[in-house]
Order: sequence, then structure tokens, then C-alpha cells
Amino acid sequence: MSEQITRVCPEFVDVMPREYLELIEKGPWSGDKTLKDTGTFKELVEEHPLCAGCNLALAFRSIMASLPNPADTVMVGSTGCSSLIFMQAAVHNIHGLFGNQNAIASGLKRALELRFPGRTKDVVVMAGDGATADIGLDMTLHSWFRQEKITTVMFDNELYANTGGQESGMTPRGKVAYMAPTGKKFNKINMIELACGAGCHYIAAVTSARPMRIGDSIRKAIIIARDLGPTYVQILTPCPTNLKIQPEETIKMAKDVEQERYAFYEYISEEAKMLLSSMEKNK
Amino acid sequence: MNSINVRPPEYLLFEAKRETQFITGSEAVKEAVRRANIDMAISYPITPQSESMHLVGDLYAEGYIKDYFRGENEFAVMSEVSGASFGGVRVFTATCGPGTMRAFELFPMWAGARLPIVCAFMTRGVNAPLTIQPDNIEMGFLLETGLLMVFAETAQDIYDMLLASFMVAEEKDVHLPVGVFMDGFFITHTREQVRIISEDVCLPPYNPKTAPVAVMDMETPPFRLMRDPFVMKSNFVSYAAHASWQQEVRAAAVRSKKHFNKYLKSPLEIENPSAEIMIVAGGTAVSQAREAIVMTKEDGIDVGLVKLKLIRPFPSTELALACAGAKKIFIPEFNIAGWLAKEVASIIPDNSRIIGAPRVYGGMTMPPELIVETIKKNV
Repeated sequence: MSEQITRVCPEFVDVMPREYLELIEKGPWSGDKTLKDTGTFKELVEEHPLCAGCNLALAFRSIMASLPNPADTVMVGSTGCSSLIFMQAAVHNIHGLFGNQNAIASGLKRALELRFPGRTKDVVVMAGDGATADIGLDMTLHSWFRQEKITTVMFDNELYANTGGQESGMTPRGKVAYMAPTGKKFNKINMIELACGAGCHYIAAVTSARPMRIGDSIRKAIIIARDLGPTYVQILTPCPTNLKIQPEETIKMAKDVEQERYAFYEYISEEAKMLLSSMEKNK
Repeated sequence: MNSINVRPPEYLLFEAKRETQFITGSEAVKEAVRRANIDMAISYPITPQSESMHLVGDLYAEGYIKDYFRGENEFAVMSEVSGASFGGVRVFTATCGPGTMRAFELFPMWAGARLPIVCAFMTRGVNAPLTIQPDNIEMGFLLETGLLMVFAETAQDIYDMLLASFMVAEEKDVHLPVGVFMDGFFITHTREQVRIISEDVCLPPYNPKTAPVAVMDMETPPFRLMRDPFVMKSNFVSYAAHASWQQEVRAAAVRSKKHFNKYLKSPLEIENPSAEIMIVAGGTAVSQAREAIVMTKEDGIDVGLVKLKLIRPFPSTELALACAGAKKIFIPEFNIAGWLAKEVASIIPDNSRIIGAPRVYGGMTMPPELIVETIKKNV
């Protein structure tokens, strides 16, 4: 919905929702906006429908305020809390089924490359930990093996949040959750290692308490995916509802977990490093 | 690959000069796809489908298709073709039996998302016990998915129906997926004479701008911008939104009928319409019925035949009319469930006329003698 393709009929301006007009007038379409500019432009419709204190919503906003090419970005999501907020952003978004997000994105990216040769169309997958690492793990990994030029973002709240707080593969070992009544019996899946083994060119693990780092990682991930192949960003997003903590405590929790076991991690392949430095030189 | 000229579908289907080739059903798939101006095809092996998608792969190597790859399983492949279709290209794939079952969640999603995907189904039995043999029970499962369904009797049908299906699927008042069904092995792996046109013409390309829903390419404004998605709400408006969309998908299927009538010429074919004994069948059961009718004629029993080409939308009115004068209606099928007999029973008056037999399954063949015997026992 860049301003080039969207015009509101002058006769209808007075009845259009305010936020829709603002997205057209003050949207992120130039692509040079970052989180530092938040407040001077509009990245998505305000008042998200998720729970108070939801860090997924916070991380989503950080991402939407950092896209390098929002006027030509298509998002692919999955079933879960994240699927409820996509339509607040003024970019095309696909909800397919639960777990098939990377497969849909593979077909989509190839189709857009066929239809728009020489133009950049970014495809960004955003899904929860259950969709990415459990029910959709085969499709996540195979899209990476095939070197699809897509960015995969995991909102890692370490459980199935939308269905009420069940154990997921990303839940830490020992944690008691629904469907793990005596505590989880195996380790948290090491998706970072899997991403590395499967050939991702950029990998980052960050927490929702670090919006600037999320923004930086997302920009790098999308830019590298365009030229080289798959990239992966994993974001810890504590869920106040299912972790039974106060909404105002979630950011503190993200910081504590970061200290304990979710330190910032970044991997950039040699090829990707060369790409980034050549882009830096050409600036 | 020589230069290819785009021609109207009517030219490819009805006007162009044809030559006869002695080819398999899988090769008929290839020859249709060669002329279908497809952008992308995605494959996954399963017997008896694999050969057709190998041949489609050859077309990619020859330059007839722009992108082609093997996906990781049928659920993934059907997701990948949907991604391609969301992105606005013409896409093709094929599967069968257990592959259909694994991918099942995608078919209603294709219809609901109004994706004009064409998928071939080389029907095969489903497990357990393990079978790779022909059996079309999967069609019974697919009847209410929103997929439009055409049923090929011969390799000639495969060729013509595939070309027609792309055109119907992409009509702007339809824009729904089409499944082209064929009995696995019986026609995919046997040779017959197929009349096809020259290799240097193809269908017009898909124009995604005519789609009744937005193509996910950021070339049009997103229309779903909202603060509270319907899925969050337990109220009348959210239910009505989903309900009315389901109605619209079914209405689009009804609208497809006029296009099928145009490109397939008719949704069904009738032979000997005045006979008091009729056989209603689809797929290779039609060929077996034809043989049986020759045999009953020798015994002085007059039998007519209805060949169903269109299964969804079901040609209810035409079939009821074709069976109006029949005293007995035999429905031979290659599956244990008798989905076609149930379908026919649901739309014609006086169901006591229907004999849902013979039925073979699990890979069994249907000798014409079996049909003759069934008729003689019941008249």
C-alpha cells in the first residue's frame, strides 16, 4: 500500500478511518525509516487485539518499524496469536494453515521473482515457536535446505499461547505446562544450530526487550535473504497470559531470561559479511 | 524449444488441426501441460502419479515451464503451489491416494482463498493395508472441499480436460481450484490413440489482475486492514462473514458450470437415451460399461449409458433428465463406498431404481462380464 498505489477518493476522505488515512500519508513506504524515527511515521494501526503486555505485539511493532522495503514486502504467517495482528499492518499478508508458512513463502517468493524480474519483492515469514519448530519444522528446514530467498522470524514465547499454554518443542526442559503436567522431559530445540546446519546465511537470537537489536537484525536478515538465501531471526517474546505474570513485568522477564539463557546471538556467513560490507561501501 | 504462439483456448480445444499419437495417460498429461503456458510446477513422487510429474520436469528442462522443483511431502507441495498461486502465477501439480490424504487440509484452503490451482489426481487406494493399486475412494472424500472436479475416462479426456481446466479455474467469476481425476494405472500407464495439436501453440497466459481477490504482490492496497480480526470475535458479524464467504465459494462453483459447458461441450454424455436400463458412470468404469453394453445387446437387452465428465459442480438437472425414463439405473464404481451412487441417489426421484453395483476396489479390475451379470441379475 505505498502512496503510489493508494489514493483515497476526495469525496470519501471525511468518512475514512483516521488510521487508514495516516497509514497512507505517514506510512513507512520510503524504507529509510528505523525504530529511531518511531512516532514520526506510522508502521501499523494502533491498539492491537492481543493481551495487555504481550511481547509478541511489541516485537511485531519493532519489526514493522524496521522493514527495509515495506512497499514491496509480503508477509506469510501461521495460525496462532501472531495471525491476529498481521492485518494491522499495511502490507499484504497471507494466512495459510498451521505450520506451512515456509512452504507457502517458498512458492510465493519464486512466483514474485518470475513476475517482477529485476525488482525487489521481500517475503518475510513470521510465526510462533509451535508453527516454526514443531508442526512446521520439516517445511521450515526444507525451505532452508533449498536456499529459498526468504526471511523466517520466530516469535518464541516458549509454548503454544493461543491454545492456552501447552508445552512446545521450544519450552525449556523441566517447565510445567499443559500437556507436560510433570514438566517437559526434553531440551528446548536448538533452532539456532539447526538454522546453521541447514544453511541460513544470517541467524540472530534476540529478546523483545531489545527493539533496536530486533530492528537491526531484521534489516540485515531481509537484505541478506534477497541476494543469498534463507535467514532466521528468533525473538523471545514472553507471554503474560500463559506465564501468569503481570503485563508490566514481561519486559523485565525478557531481560532476565536474556541474562540467564537467551544472550544476543548473531551469525553472519562469510558471503553475507562481504555483501554487507560492499553495501556499506556503496552507500 | 521453438517459438510458441499464444492462441485462444477455443483454437486449442476445437479448431486447431490434430494429429494422432499413440501415448500413455501420463504422456497426455505432459502434452497438455506443454501447451498450457504454465509458470511453475511442483512435484512429489507417489505411484502411480510420479511418471507424469517426471515428464512435466522434462518440460521444465526443455524451457516450457519457468520454475519446477520437488517439494518435501504432499502437504508441503500443496502449500508451495498455493504460495505460487497467491503470488499470481499459473501453477500445476499432481498427486494421488495417500498423497491426497496427507495434503487434505490444503484443498478447502485453496477454494476458500480462491486460488485457481489445477491439480491432477491419478487415483489410488488408501492405506491400510498398504496398496498402490487403482481405487478412486479419494474422490468421495474430496466432494465437499470446494474443489471443482472433472473425471477423465481416457487419455484423450486427460489432455482436453487439463487444458479446459486452466481456463475455467481462472475465469474471474470462478477463480477456484480444479482437480482433474483419472483412474491410476488403468489410463496413466496404458497407451491409446490421442489426438493432439502441434507443439508450437499454447493457451493465453494467466492474468492475475483479473482475479476477484487481491494477489499477494503489494501491487494493490491491502484490503483486510482492521484492528479486530473476525477470528477474535464470537459474534454474529464474524460468523456471518465466514458463512457468506462459504456461500460465495459455492456460488462460484455454480458459475463455473457455464464455462465447463463451453470447454467440455457438456457436463455429461448420453448414449442410447431411450433405453429403460441405464448405466451411470465416470472414469474408466465408462469404458467397461461400453463393453458390457455391446454384450447385453447380443442377449437382446437394451442398455443406455451416461458418462459423467463433471463431478463438481454435479450436473444434477442434466442427469435427472437423462435418467427420467429409466426403470433401472446401474452405477459401477472403483471404490467400496459408492460415492457416485450416493450422489446420484441424492438428486434423482425414485431411488428404488438405483442399483449401486458392481463395485470393485483395492485394485481389482472390473470385467464387462461383471457388469453384464449384475444387470441380468437385477432385471
